[in-house]
Amino acid sequence: MKNKKITQDKVVYFVNYILLTLLMIIVLYPLIYVVSCSFSSGEALMAGRVKFLPVEPTLLSYKTVFNYGDIWIGYLNSIIYTLIGTVISIVLTLLAAYPLSRSDFRGGNVLMKLFLFTMMFNGGLVPTYLLVRNLGLIDTIWAVVLPTAVNAYNIIVARTFFRQTISKDLQEAAELDGCSDFMFFVKIVIPLSMSIIAVLCLWVVIALWNGYFYPLIYINSQEKYPLQLILRRILLMSQVDFGNSAVDPKVVMENQYLSQMLRYGTIIISSLPLLLIYPFVQKHFVKGVMIGSVKG
Amino acid sequence: MKTKVKTRQKGKRETFGHYFKAHWQLYAMIAFPMIMLAVFSYAPMYGILLAFKNYRIVDGIWGSPWAAHFGMDNFIRFFNNYNFGESLRNTLVISLYTLVVNTPCAIILALSLNYAKNMKFRKFVQMVTYSPYFISTIVFVGILNAIFDTRVGAIGSFVYENMGVNVLGTPEIFSSLYVWSGVWQTVGYGSIIYIAALAGVDMEQHEAAIIDGATLLQRIRYVDLPAIMPTAVIMLILETGRILNMGYEKILAMQNQNNMSMSEVIPTYAFKVSLVSNFPDYSYATAIGLFQSVVGLILILLSNKIAKKLTGDGFI
Repeated sequence: MKNKKITQDKVVYFVNYILLTLLMIIVLYPLIYVVSCSFSSGEALMAGRVKFLPVEPTLLSYKTVFNYGDIWIGYLNSIIYTLIGTVISIVLTLLAAYPLSRSDFRGGNVLMKLFLFTMMFNGGLVPTYLLVRNLGLIDTIWAVVLPTAVNAYNIIVARTFFRQTISKDLQEAAELDGCSDFMFFVKIVIPLSMSIIAVLCLWVVIALWNGYFYPLIYINSQEKYPLQLILRRILLMSQVDFGNSAVDPKVVMENQYLSQMLRYGTIIISSLPLLLIYPFVQKHFVKGVMIGSVKG
Repeated sequence: MKTKVKTRQKGKRETFGHYFKAHWQLYAMIAFPMIMLAVFSYAPMYGILLAFKNYRIVDGIWGSPWAAHFGMDNFIRFFNNYNFGESLRNTLVISLYTLVVNTPCAIILALSLNYAKNMKFRKFVQMVTYSPYFISTIVFVGILNAIFDTRVGAIGSFVYENMGVNVLGTPEIFSSLYVWSGVWQTVGYGSIIYIAALAGVDMEQHEAAIIDGATLLQRIRYVDLPAIMPTAVIMLILETGRILNMGYEKILAMQNQNNMSMSEVIPTYAFKVSLVSNFPDYSYATAIGLFQSVVGLILILLSNKIAKKLTGDGFI
């Protein structure tokens, strides 16, 4: 009887490993496929011959990406938007979260409710758009960066973290030593909170780097387009311009190959920055999600 | 907890002026985020007035004339529009489908990972399943289009040739494509919280169950699942509150000429009649947005009430 159960458990464990391996293949396949496509020749791509590994391996698609000026303008814009946006958002989040985390903070409950309410109800797309327009922010970086800078959810996460890590004794001891609230925040709270700041940075960076909707409605000038809007043109609208007006059928053909290769090259190049920072923040990442799950 | 703090404050009898003098810096700190909140979250709420008006740019929001039918004209137009039924149906189908699929998938993955004893393998699977979370919406849809292309896509061409199905161009497939590709992208991330909940399960219960001769599956059924149920309920209810707002950026990017009848949802419809239209109807779009916000708010309050009944504690 007992042996039967142990065998059954062994089977379950074994099936579990097989299922997880299958899942891994399902998750990895599209990623590997895209990487393989980016190393394949235009002819192979157009004929649909790439199934798993690169066909007729070449670096031409990356060369095409490097020579496509729009992508690099978009890249630079995205870096600027992301850097400035992240700094603003993190500073505002911490400035709000620390007072709200203090149990002695008078009026904190009311202020917290004001933040929480925005999670449940907002003005909506058009009123926000009109406000941004009336402020004269259309077609500037501020339209992309400012409206989403204060995020109630991030404030809750930071506040919960402060409550868990910054003890009342520590704060009272600092107060006795004549340390002002702001100095305590800068000199003690911030250095103790680097792990949660890393998580918040990761979330904000992901949202800014990957977001396309706000730039789409607020940015009109092409030279201000972030990477995602350039990608949208290349990947979803198939608008590619190599700068040569093609009449020669041979050039037309070549352009088609190149635009096909450009797609896969851009997918890889644009996703690289986030995938590169991910390993450095991974251990904080899981922690942040768990703090976020504790209700505010 | 809250009452304890209150009594202590009462005991000290410190006036607010006194407190403010000593801690004005805290108020100075929170002033900046409060200003941003007032400008970018609360000021647009004034613009909601537009829903009850016929907006004319020259007159501004306040100066524009009220809409017909006691200001309800924009709503009446929306409810009578043939797009209303379709987009409401699509919104509900897509969000309910997402709701029903996402949570169980995340729980199953968490359980699976929890019982993968080889730590290296487990860490690797986790790293792999988290990674699609970092892909942008545009790139994600680009990959989807590439793989399911009927002519050159690795899977799309196979399905098209063998079953005659155009995955990207068939409206009926849209919701499944949206939901299951969403699982592909977020199931790893979604499982994190359940992995944490499973790590908190009392080991003594497992040991007792083993002594009683319970199999692994029985232990999962009678020890693990009850332990993570509160987390699952809270997560489900939180998702319910967001039901009307789910993933419209992704839906917008996934829309094409062929699937529009099943992919047009309320937010994308509002977007199209206002910001990308040649004749932007701001009042109409505001009314649609307000309808959505109000229904969303009601859903959140309702689900909070249910959560309070089920777990004895709300989340607001």
